[in-house]
Amino acid sequence: MSNLHLTDYLSPDVALVPTRKGFGEGLKKAGEIDVNVVAACADLTESVQMHIFREAFPNRFFEIGIAEQNLVTVGSGLAAMGKIPFVSSYAAFSPGRNWEQIKTTIALNDVPVKIIGSHAGLYTGADGATHQMLEDIALMRVMPNMVVIAPGDAVEAEKATLAMAKDPRPNYMRLAREATPVFTTDKTPFEIGQAYVLEQGQDITIIATGTMTHKALIAAQLLFKDGIDAEVVHVPTIKPLDAVTILQSVKKTGAVITVEEGQIAGGLGGAVAELLSEQLPTRLVRMGMKDHYGESGKPVELFEHFGLTTKHIALEAHQLLTSLGKQ
Amino acid sequence: MFQKYSELELEQIANTIRKDIITMLEHAGSGHSAGPLGLADIFAALYFDVLRHDPKKPDWEERDILLLSNGHCAPVRYAAMAEAGYFSKKELLTLRQFGTRLQGHPERTKLAGVENTSGPLGSGLSQAIGMALAMRLNNQHHRWVYVVLGDGELDEGNIWEAAMLAPKHGLHNIIGIIDRNNIQIDGPTESVVPLEDLRGKWESFGWHVIEIDGNNIEAVIDACAMARAVIEKPVMIIAHTIPGKGVDFMEYDFHWHGMPPNHEQAMIALKELRTLGGKIRSEHE
Repeated sequence: MSNLHLTDYLSPDVALVPTRKGFGEGLKKAGEIDVNVVAACADLTESVQMHIFREAFPNRFFEIGIAEQNLVTVGSGLAAMGKIPFVSSYAAFSPGRNWEQIKTTIALNDVPVKIIGSHAGLYTGADGATHQMLEDIALMRVMPNMVVIAPGDAVEAEKATLAMAKDPRPNYMRLAREATPVFTTDKTPFEIGQAYVLEQGQDITIIATGTMTHKALIAAQLLFKDGIDAEVVHVPTIKPLDAVTILQSVKKTGAVITVEEGQIAGGLGGAVAELLSEQLPTRLVRMGMKDHYGESGKPVELFEHFGLTTKHIALEAHQLLTSLGKQ
Repeated sequence: MFQKYSELELEQIANTIRKDIITMLEHAGSGHSAGPLGLADIFAALYFDVLRHDPKKPDWEERDILLLSNGHCAPVRYAAMAEAGYFSKKELLTLRQFGTRLQGHPERTKLAGVENTSGPLGSGLSQAIGMALAMRLNNQHHRWVYVVLGDGELDEGNIWEAAMLAPKHGLHNIIGIIDRNNIQIDGPTESVVPLEDLRGKWESFGWHVIEIDGNNIEAVIDACAMARAVIEKPVMIIAHTIPGKGVDFMEYDFHWHGMPPNHEQAMIALKELRTLGGKIRSEHE
């Protein structure tokens, strides 16, 4: 899709940048644009790339210490007084530990705190299951008023950060630790709540979020070589879900795969299953973590072990189309 | 707005707040009795003397902030707000009813003048820190954040995270008031999880501590004035109160923490409070 201005993402030389880096750059820009943007972190400032903001605006940065409940409730107070606080930690701890505080003092209280959960998903690798946050999309998606964002790459993460600073709602954004392929450019559009058809196809819809979208794009290329015309829908905003774009695609293809690096229960897979079962019942395969935890290992080993490589996506597509009698 | 009330008038206001609390709770058929009754004097002092606020302009940009961290004590806030003119006293009877602005636990988005949504315990002090930091960034040096906390609430870890952070920033624009009534749902605080040495705990965390009789309105007003004069440290006022204060059969009885009076009990309580109203004489006249 030339109008989306993607990079040459199939190239082996595709740039690798962590999404947290894009967030860090975006936050500094947001701070330059709006003096009310402030930031707080729970003892992981460089790790979540908030040090860029801290260095630019030392008076608007608050070190909270290892206290995630305090992190989000201080954020609630800042937001109630007109600030736009970005509060960050690892996703395993925020929203992992402080869900109730987020619900009561941010979402129900309806103040625009921007919760940043870094090191989400399997890309957290060697740190193991305690630090691989796989349940955050589900946790945050069930919360009324909350917006849930999982950017596909670092460039999109930067745009998402700038969009969040302007959004009047409470937001959650999940980020990854590892450098991942950059498939969008400065010119690629991003709006909160919008899904994007990155590859058009007729035979099957692959819906992916976050860093898994690049894998879906590669899988579509593998399928193309097998004569299957796959459509890739990138869903950087899991809530509110862009039902229009998804339904349009599924109506055309009649077969759906969702891909995420998190629990399919309540995650993107859950969200798409809810949408389709109510509005357009369609055969659906949900790829992601299936009611189990991760473990230590290199990301590449973990994606292989849990069946989340590009080859696995292509294989699932073949199996689904075969079972539907379409090949 | 800045009318000065005499001590006798404030005591009568506190008594009216107590009567309204009983009437509201009896009508609602559920809710908390002991905490709100014990806090009536503190809320009379806050809304009718201490706070800079304007009931006709709840979002006035120069107002002091009052956070209620122990949200289950909402009836005392609602009764004080109605008495101060934020809304009609008739609306008090909608407490906990479907469609009400007076939710069982208070919600900022429902009722103007409520500054924080609370109920789950332990969050208010941290919210006060966020607000105090924002005021400092905004160069608002003549505003204070008051935050009322329960003593049972101090079991929550979130409180002690906040207790450590506020002194780091020297947030002297935070004035905490602990409702030290010694009860919580499962019994006396000291048998559930001991809080003492409570004063020593806060002092060792870097707070300036003032200890008062929280049912003495003048003591509350004086403590808040002293607190505003403290520089470089946040202030915690430990206000010793009698749970259920004003209603004989409720006082000191932890069973009244989470119960409303039934009709008969409410009639007895109101009669007692009416009689009390006739007897109020300020010691300081």
